[in-house]
Parts: sequence; structure tokens; C-alpha cells
Amino acid sequence: MALRIINPGLMTTIQDLGRYGYAHLGVTPAGAADALALRVANLLLGNEENAAALEMTLLGATVEFQRAAIVVLTGAQVDCRLGSAKAPMWRAFPVLPGAVLKCGAITGGARAYLAVQGGFELKPVMGSVATLRSAHLGGVEGRALKAGDQLAVRHVDSSGVRGISRQAIAYLEPRRELRVTPGPQASWVGAEGLQTLQRGSYVVSGDSDRRGIRFQGEALTLPPKSQLITEGISLGAMQVPPDGQPIILFVDQQTTGGYPKVANVIAADLRHVAQLRPRDEVHFRVVSVEEAIGLLREQEEWIGKAFQIV
Amino acid sequence: MSEGIRVIDASDSSMLVVFGDEISRDLNRRVIRLFHDLLTNDSPKSAGGRIRNLHPAYASLLIDYDPLLLPATELRARIQELIGQSDIASSDGARQAIEIPVCYGGEQGPDLPDVAQHTGFSPEEVIARHSSIEYTVYFIGFSPGFPYMGGLPESLATPRLKTPRTSVPAGSVGIGGSQTGLYPMQWSGGWRLIGRTPMRMFDPEAKPPSRLQPGDLVKFTPITRESFDAMVAGG
Repeated sequence: MALRIINPGLMTTIQDLGRYGYAHLGVTPAGAADALALRVANLLLGNEENAAALEMTLLGATVEFQRAAIVVLTGAQVDCRLGSAKAPMWRAFPVLPGAVLKCGAITGGARAYLAVQGGFELKPVMGSVATLRSAHLGGVEGRALKAGDQLAVRHVDSSGVRGISRQAIAYLEPRRELRVTPGPQASWVGAEGLQTLQRGSYVVSGDSDRRGIRFQGEALTLPPKSQLITEGISLGAMQVPPDGQPIILFVDQQTTGGYPKVANVIAADLRHVAQLRPRDEVHFRVVSVEEAIGLLREQEEWIGKAFQIV
Repeated sequence: MSEGIRVIDASDSSMLVVFGDEISRDLNRRVIRLFHDLLTNDSPKSAGGRIRNLHPAYASLLIDYDPLLLPATELRARIQELIGQSDIASSDGARQAIEIPVCYGGEQGPDLPDVAQHTGFSPEEVIARHSSIEYTVYFIGFSPGFPYMGGLPESLATPRLKTPRTSVPAGSVGIGGSQTGLYPMQWSGGWRLIGRTPMRMFDPEAKPPSRLQPGDLVKFTPITRESFDAMVAGG
């Protein structure tokens, strides 16, 4: 064993990039909510992009390292201390055997990632170690981490650590304007409904989690007696239940559902959904699918250029 | 392109193929055919794949893909091609129904009396009717391995519970409105429970992890409490 959880914080789970290829069996991918932050963490360590890390939510975890390791923190700003020193973010740093890394409040976003060089040694379930709590799959016994849990770290010989420039990090700043494309039932609320959505601000409600982010704002009006037969749900779909308050379905969502989906957050902005905190205020802006794919391409070009060997 | 089929961008990374707007065996058969074609030939398996996930449902198929690896125009063309082919070669073949042993009533099916009362049948008649039908797994959704099945006779339809149970044991067989199905994992749910199968329906270590697949035919076979216990004990 190489890492022991002393205090799990508010909600800490093991996540990789998700469990794909099983939606037709009702298994949703799960995986890191802020997939870009996880990929960056792994690239900084010289790991495979898909290696698992700890996803910490709102309040970080305290962990003890039983072996020397190289670790990195990414995602939202998290106040972490290594002994008496403040731990850096977006930069790999070594820890000695016996070191305790104490992570406190997460600010400016909701989720931070703690990754180790080599990655955690965990048995994949259906091809992934991502934790899906609702189905008790992946991670450690399919649950959130608790005090006393021990995680093995895969041993690596080569260092492979890379750096990221300050300018490149600026790209990762959280956005409070989420871009969406019209969803399969956009016509149910019509152009007027999409205007309503873009006009005011929507506030993140407290009962949001990895399954979905609930919002409070100007209600969207659905046609009376509108009924949809159950269909597949895509990641980031904006579902509108009868009360008209939108819900963005997220990484732990169900694979199918019966509520209309009037919009869908663009792939490049899903990481900003991951960083929303209760009471955050957001705006929505409708863009075309072509524009959305362009923004996704931009993100991949950024990740291809952001790192230097150190 | 086949008539009446709509291909919609559900998002920048997913396409929804809508075959119709009603629940019918015929529409679902077409969904399953396209699903199988894509599953077999374009096998989605990982986050890095061109097609990452397939979500068949009653009358539609959602395809989750990576638009940077698989341009939308190419996927659209592929869908049209497959729909065209499967409309020509539409043999389903003679498929065998999967038999699922069920211990009806008692502790395993606490709501059997309610279903009997609501439908006006005796509990024995409910069991006889429920186990005489060959059901179709339209799709799997809601939770891992949960089958949405078609074929329940209207005469057995019973409204869901007003207050869903917070925990339904794995293997429970229930009726919810005009649908029947079974809970592969312990979950919360509002269906009326009429029995339970000792068979393990979802096992993440098994290949495939779900005993039932979209498009499968299913038949329930009544078993005694003794066989139920013996099968549970025998794993």
C-alpha cells in the first residue's frame, strides 16, 4: 500500500475517464466530472491520460503517503498543505515516505484532483476503475472513499514529469457562461423558450451532484400534455421536468429518461459544469453544433501544445 | 433514406436516430437491428473510441461518438447505409426465449395480492398469465441491467405504488402500470413486486455483465419457494 486516507473530506471518489461501451446495458460512464483537469494531472505526471485519480468535492481529503511519490493537484483551487508548506497546483511535486497532505476548502470551483505518478493500482470493473456510486461499481467497493482506505500506487521507473506554462493555465479558468446546442426536444419550448433560457441567469441549486445539476431561474414552458417515450440521454443534456426548472444531466446520470431535453451543454464546456457550486449563477448561450465542435477541437489543440518537458 | 426516420444532433457528440413516436414491437425491432449492426461493426469499447456508447430505447437509438475522430457527416452516412441494408435483410431468425425462474408471491412477491385485487384475478391466475407470455426486452436503461419489456397483457396492468420503496431486493419481478420487468440490482423503485428470481441478472465480472440484452425474448417460469432457496444457496 502506498497511500492511506486519513480524512476523506466531503465526497472523494476514484475516477478515471469513464466506463464506455455499456450504455446499452444501463451502465452510465461515470468518470471524472472535470475530465480535462484529470487529463492535465496525468499529463503533468507522465501518466496515461486515463489513469485514475482522487476526485475531491468542495472539501478536500487528508492523505498519508507510506512511500515516496510524485503527486499533482489540478482542478479548482484547493488549499493543501504538505507539512507546514503550501502545496502547489498544476505542478508535480515529490512527497517523502510518511508525508501527510492535508487538503482543505476547494474554492473558485467544486472539484479538485489529486493524482500520483504511476496511477493507482485498482482492479478495473468493466474496463474502468471509475466509481459509480449508484450501482456500486468501480473505485473502492463502488463507494466514496472513507478514513482508513488504502490505495496501492503503481511503481514507475522513469520520471516523465512535464510542466505547463502560466499562459496555458489561463485557458482553464472557469466560465460562468455555459454554451449549449439545441436538444432533441428544443422545438417543445421553441425559439421563445431558448430565448428565455438565454435571457436571465440561473442559480445552481443545493441538491446538485454528479447525476445532475439543478437550476433555479425563469421557468421554461412546456406544451400542455406533452409526453415523451423514454429515449437515450446524452452527457450534459438539459432536461426540463414539468416544473420548468432545467436540470443538466451529468456523468452519473441514467442512460435513458422520459423528460424532454431542450438543450445540451457543449462538450468543451462540460468541465465548467463540473466546477459549478451551489448558489453559483450561470448564463446559457445557444451555439451551433459546428461552433461547438470547433471549440472542442480548440481544446484538444490546447492540450496538445500546453506541456513542456521539465 | 428510409421513410419516417429522423436523424437528429442530440448534442455536439451524440446523434439520435428516431424511428417513430410510439411503443411498438415493430419500431423497436428496427432500433435493435441498427443497434446490433453498430455494436458488431463499429464496436464501442473505450473513451478513446469513435463510437463510445449506444443507447437503444423504445423507438430510438442514441449514438454517443467523438466528433473529432468521426465526423458527423460520416456517421450520418453510416447510419443511412445501415438502415438501408437492414430494411432489405430483415430476418430476425428463430430466437429462443431466455427462461427466468421466478418464485411468485409470499416474501418474494409481497404485492401479488394487490395485483390480484386490482386485476380481479386470483393470485394463481395472475401467476399463470404472467408466466405464459413471451416478453421482448425493448431496451435496458434506468439502472444497470434493468430491462424495459413489452408484452404484458393489459389485463395485468396495475398502477405503481404511490410511495416507491427505498430498497427493492435484487431479482425482484414487478408490474408498473402496463409494463413488467425485474430489478437486477438492489435499488429503489415503485413497481408492484409479484415475485423474485434467484438468478443473478447483473454481474460486473461476467461477460456480458447483463444476463439480458436489448432485443432478447424472455419467459418467466414459476418455481417453488424450496427451489428458490436451493438456487440461492447454490449460487
